[in-house]
Amino acid sequence: MRSNEAIQPSVLLRWGDGLLVLLAIIASWQALALWGGSDVMTTPIETVRHAVQLTGQSRFWPHFRETATAYSVAAIVAVLGGLLMGIALGAHRLTGEVFEPIFVALYSIPKVTLYPVVLLLFGLGIEAKIAFGAMHGIIPVTIFTLNAVRQVNRTWLRAGRAMGLSPAQSILHIVVPATIPEIVSGIRIGLSLALLGTMLGELFASKRGLGFLLMSAIDVHDVRTIMAIALLISIFAWAMNAAMLAIDRRLHQRI
Amino acid sequence: MGKAGLIRIAVILAAVLALEIACRTGAVPPSAVVPPSAMLASVYEILTTGEIAHDLRLTLTAVVIATIIAIVGGFFAGLIIHGLPRLRRTLAPLLAAYYAIPHLAFYPLLIVVFGLGLGPLIVLASLLGIMAMIIATLDGLDHVPRVLLRTAAVLRLNRWSEMMLVRLPAAFPHLLSGIKLAFSYAFIGVVAGEFILSTAGLGHAISFAYDNFQNRRMYGLILIAIGLVTLVNTTLLVGERRLLTRRGMR
Repeated sequence: MRSNEAIQPSVLLRWGDGLLVLLAIIASWQALALWGGSDVMTTPIETVRHAVQLTGQSRFWPHFRETATAYSVAAIVAVLGGLLMGIALGAHRLTGEVFEPIFVALYSIPKVTLYPVVLLLFGLGIEAKIAFGAMHGIIPVTIFTLNAVRQVNRTWLRAGRAMGLSPAQSILHIVVPATIPEIVSGIRIGLSLALLGTMLGELFASKRGLGFLLMSAIDVHDVRTIMAIALLISIFAWAMNAAMLAIDRRLHQRI
Repeated sequence: MGKAGLIRIAVILAAVLALEIACRTGAVPPSAVVPPSAMLASVYEILTTGEIAHDLRLTLTAVVIATIIAIVGGFFAGLIIHGLPRLRRTLAPLLAAYYAIPHLAFYPLLIVVFGLGLGPLIVLASLLGIMAMIIATLDGLDHVPRVLLRTAAVLRLNRWSEMMLVRLPAAFPHLLSGIKLAFSYAFIGVVAGEFILSTAGLGHAISFAYDNFQNRRMYGLILIAIGLVTLVNTTLLVGERRLLTRRGMR
């Protein structure tokens, strides 16, 4: 690990910067809360305290489980489906050229308007949330995988063949290492969007889950619960993104 | 148009036709999906009777205001952040994590703060759009070709002229993609907000039609929403292409 010493100060600096941003966010949050009053916003400390209290209540966990299940399944479907479609479309040039613009167009339309369609097709249960989350996540994974597979250097494959690699070996030793960094970038975006899709599904016409708790808190003007749940979701989203970003950076550095 | 383009059109037409047949033969129940021809007829009815005009006006007002806030705010924030490298390094983790957080989770809070109406929608949509514009501005200013900056130095332009005559025109293609994204995000934010909880607007009309089992109308409204976004995106895309062609970048 020769490069370790060179990396360490910058890592420390990054942590310091992250801390600064966090402090700035907390400070402006506190200021906003003091300015708006407890009717509008709770302070950071109150919110954290309420979040802890909320997670201690037994009524919280069924909703949490619902959201966690919906999101996990949606994420798995999005990643596996996106990988399969991306590989299939990337390996065959013409198929890729035909379908890529369709996926790019699907990426840019406001999918939220399609949620009623999903509800009509999948019913009012957890299936609709899963389908909607997967719909959001699968597109970036597909697009990134497609491009990664398409851009594998043909010379490497030819060199592999010249060295007598079997197809399985050339996939394992050439295609996978060459495509993994891009694919991980796609998965990171896909996981974030799948969370957005699942949350959207829970906020609209849902009877369970954290999104449902958010919506029912509006009805009774329960600002503390709204803030606490929004905080929990944000922390989860941020942590997942940070982990994926770290993997992403490491993989991209290797090349 | 190339071979791929023709096949693409054929695939899309075949998919629409298959859906039409599936709906007409009852393989897909009308309670789930109405035939594409009925969707188009519904679009025609809604547009010609003008019944959606009020909702559409509200939605577009919110989208336009939010887009302008996002573009102007994002552009100036981008300029400032670009000028202060220390600040930029500090903000890097925020820039990276911004779109990972599902902003819609904050919509309930915005309703509590601003009340039901255009306020929370505009705030949500501007928040969604502004970061795209900031990132695009930073990108554009990062990618000004060095030779242009040297020419500016040779011509002894002052900072203001250099910015107005060299940097911004050079960054313009990036700014344009930022504008495109800001609009898309603003539209998504407004319609999603209306859809989840509101009293009027295109998103509300869709969710109202859904709640009242008016499937035909619902599909017509969805097509109108998607068509509207596609229209604006295509217009911006054509403008972008023309600009790049004129600059010999394509």
